[in-house]
Amino acid sequence: MEPRPAEPVLELDGVRKSFGSVTALSDGRLRVMPGSIHALVGENGAGKSTLIKVVSGLHPRDAGTFRFRGQDVHFTSTAEAKDAGIAVIYQEPTLFGDLSVTENIFMGRQPLRWGRRIDTQAMITEAERIFARLGVDLDPRRPAQGLSIADQQIIEIAKAISLDAHLLIMDEPTAALSGVEVQRLFAVARSLRQEGRGVVFISHRFDEVFELCDTITVMRDGAYVDTVDASRTSREELITMMVGREVSELYPKTPVEVGEEVLQVQQLTRAGIFSDISFTVRAGEIVGLAGLVGAGRSEIVRAVFGVDPYDEGAVTMHGRRVQPGRPQAAIRAGMALVPEDRRQQGLVVEASVGRNIAAAIRGQLTRFGLITAAAEHRAAAPWAQKLQVKTGALSMEALTMSGGNQQKVAIAKWLATDPSLLIIDEPTRGIDVGTKAEVHRLLSELAGQGMAILMISSELPEILGMADRVLVVSEGRITGEFSRAEASAEAVMDAATSRHEQLRREGAL
Amino acid sequence: MTVSRSGPGGEEPRVPAPASGSRTASLVAPSRMRSAQRLVHSLLASREVAIVAVILAVVVTATAMNQTFLFSAQGWRDLLLTPSLLMVLAVGSAIVIITRNVDLSVGSVLAITAYMTGRLFIDLPGIPIAAVVVIGVAAGAGLGLINGLLVAFGKVPALVVTLGTMYIYRGIVLTWAGSDRINASDMPGEFLRLGTLQIGSIPLLTLVAVAVLLGAAYYLSSCRGGRQMYAIGSNPEAAVLYGLPVTRRVISAFIASGALAGLAGVMYAARYGTVSAGAGTAWELQAIGAAVIGGVAIFGGSGTVWGAAFGAVLLMTINRTLPIMGVPDFWQRAVVGALIIAAIVLDRWLAARQRRRLEQVREAPE
Repeated sequence: MEPRPAEPVLELDGVRKSFGSVTALSDGRLRVMPGSIHALVGENGAGKSTLIKVVSGLHPRDAGTFRFRGQDVHFTSTAEAKDAGIAVIYQEPTLFGDLSVTENIFMGRQPLRWGRRIDTQAMITEAERIFARLGVDLDPRRPAQGLSIADQQIIEIAKAISLDAHLLIMDEPTAALSGVEVQRLFAVARSLRQEGRGVVFISHRFDEVFELCDTITVMRDGAYVDTVDASRTSREELITMMVGREVSELYPKTPVEVGEEVLQVQQLTRAGIFSDISFTVRAGEIVGLAGLVGAGRSEIVRAVFGVDPYDEGAVTMHGRRVQPGRPQAAIRAGMALVPEDRRQQGLVVEASVGRNIAAAIRGQLTRFGLITAAAEHRAAAPWAQKLQVKTGALSMEALTMSGGNQQKVAIAKWLATDPSLLIIDEPTRGIDVGTKAEVHRLLSELAGQGMAILMISSELPEILGMADRVLVVSEGRITGEFSRAEASAEAVMDAATSRHEQLRREGAL
Repeated sequence: MTVSRSGPGGEEPRVPAPASGSRTASLVAPSRMRSAQRLVHSLLASREVAIVAVILAVVVTATAMNQTFLFSAQGWRDLLLTPSLLMVLAVGSAIVIITRNVDLSVGSVLAITAYMTGRLFIDLPGIPIAAVVVIGVAAGAGLGLINGLLVAFGKVPALVVTLGTMYIYRGIVLTWAGSDRINASDMPGEFLRLGTLQIGSIPLLTLVAVAVLLGAAYYLSSCRGGRQMYAIGSNPEAAVLYGLPVTRRVISAFIASGALAGLAGVMYAARYGTVSAGAGTAWELQAIGAAVIGGVAIFGGSGTVWGAAFGAVLLMTINRTLPIMGVPDFWQRAVVGALIIAAIVLDRWLAARQRRRLEQVREAPE
């Protein structure tokens, strides 16, 4: 290999980015050398994606240094970053399905003939040349629609090559790939390194990081932690750097006598989404469902609640089988689900608080088929009071309330159905710290009153602080179960990133 | 397939094949068809050819029932002349729809420029005809620009914006014209003659429509800007991530649609000789219908202006054929509606089949 030039292709220092009052990135640092593959790792919400979006020109930075090939740059659009030589491959490929593979590669930069006419033949020849070089056999004339994720990523890489990009950023490119496809992608990445380009590789799979990358930068809570040589670190060390923080007393869970079994899930399987999921939740118990974003946690609870179908397995409440695929049956059996995206799924934000709280029990409120606002308010008032929803009147629109209060209204709505099991997906996402504590106290109280709670959370401290038992989901399977005493940030993170590596070690892949 | 390994890229390192033997397991091998074969294949499968076949069938049927439908000077001229205005509007609509937008204001724009054409001849006696055409097209382009700016910067769906401007523009012409109308006697004879002029048995207005069609087809199929319009309509979010000039292209599409409606307005004045404030009412729906019948996907990204133009010819020809066949008025409209629905159902079905086929090709073992 030729000696590496000393100048980094990409240099970020002290990059900051806020959205409103939320600081997504407080101190982004990254130094990528040409001819190297640089891994960027960190928990969910560590700021990796925001950092990438700053580099790709999608978000302008608020502060900090951004040097590309030795020049200070200020990209205001993705087109500028692209022209400078930065190519980004997003987790979900972004192709134009109606257009041909070739057009997807050359869109906006098509070779021209006389009369500014696109030279189709030259374009196809060039596409074939790139595919040959990548060692793939893809019809350049077929539409992009219907290609596998792996093939779509190859098109994205071909795009980057045709751009002659100096920096290629891959945001979790292997998430949807099979073993063979991953190897093909790695071969391509290595050949790009050999050509002296800089590659940034974002992944949650440590074995891939160690297999492919030279250097690793760790991020946590929107800030830079450290950059290490891949050959001089270990998986354990990385995990410690990723999670290294104290579990604060923000998350109080009062110990409760755990009662009888409320929910039992047996070998629940949905092809391609999750498989062989078995667990129980008891009265008075908070079970935390931990894992990385996209591990399949929300999909599992949606299937349990009957919003999504499942192929195999059974869900039982209080020992009685719950009819699959019917949320109404789940509600009758005593389940309640507060979804992750409250604004879209949990509330009718344009409607009044009273109407929202009464929504789930609307059937009981009708008189001669009509519902009056008064009846809704009578039903809603005790719940609003109990949860300390800070609102002037029950007739106020939910839209005007803070995220925390919206969350309380969403919870109140389901508590009005008097459930014995509360499933809550990301209970405190997008909520300020004060209201967070209130939501936690509320969940703790509900458990104290004997309610069974299944809580999905991507925030490790919340899981560790609140849950009596932690189930870790990775790639659609439960890969770890810890009691409150056993659960540590390292152990949970290890389980959340483990399945793939285990399987590979066992030779299944 | 010939892969050129010579040239500037010849010395580049080839990626070593991954260890696994099934390197191409999930890949789609390139088509081995020769280009002539490919051309014949895609022509036979194309929507445009199917529409032409239907048009021919309609014409043959009508002629069989009444010889003069085709074999008379009048019949031949009507066959070519009647669709020419709608063709121009349909080409404009297709351009907008391809970018995943819609323009409902074209009928009103046509009314404004048609009335304006008459007013120009009345208020500025002796104005050159070429100047009137240019002013008409420019006025239409200006009204289209307003649509485009509202859609691109107002972030309001095009359906809502152009529904609004459809009423506003119609209101303008209603206020301007009142109950007044432009009559043939108000316009110079040489202008009106253009409406019926034939060059070698082809009406001039038809030639204008065909020229518009050729220009738009060339731009959309062979220029970067045109291809970007398809890309934007196919996946707007990806177009932004890709760094395509989305705002500029969407505005250009609306300007094109407005300018073509402006041109159609001038053509309207020349063809019919009388213009009232109600000119072109509901033509926007016919234009969209023609585009849809011609295979322009209503969600953008696919279809051609050829299809839209043939769709316009089919619509107008059927409109003239059904009375000959003695079909009652109600059923004439129902046939047009059925045609549009059939076209959309056909599109859905073809798209689903295409997707299935593409996926099968992908999954099929070597």
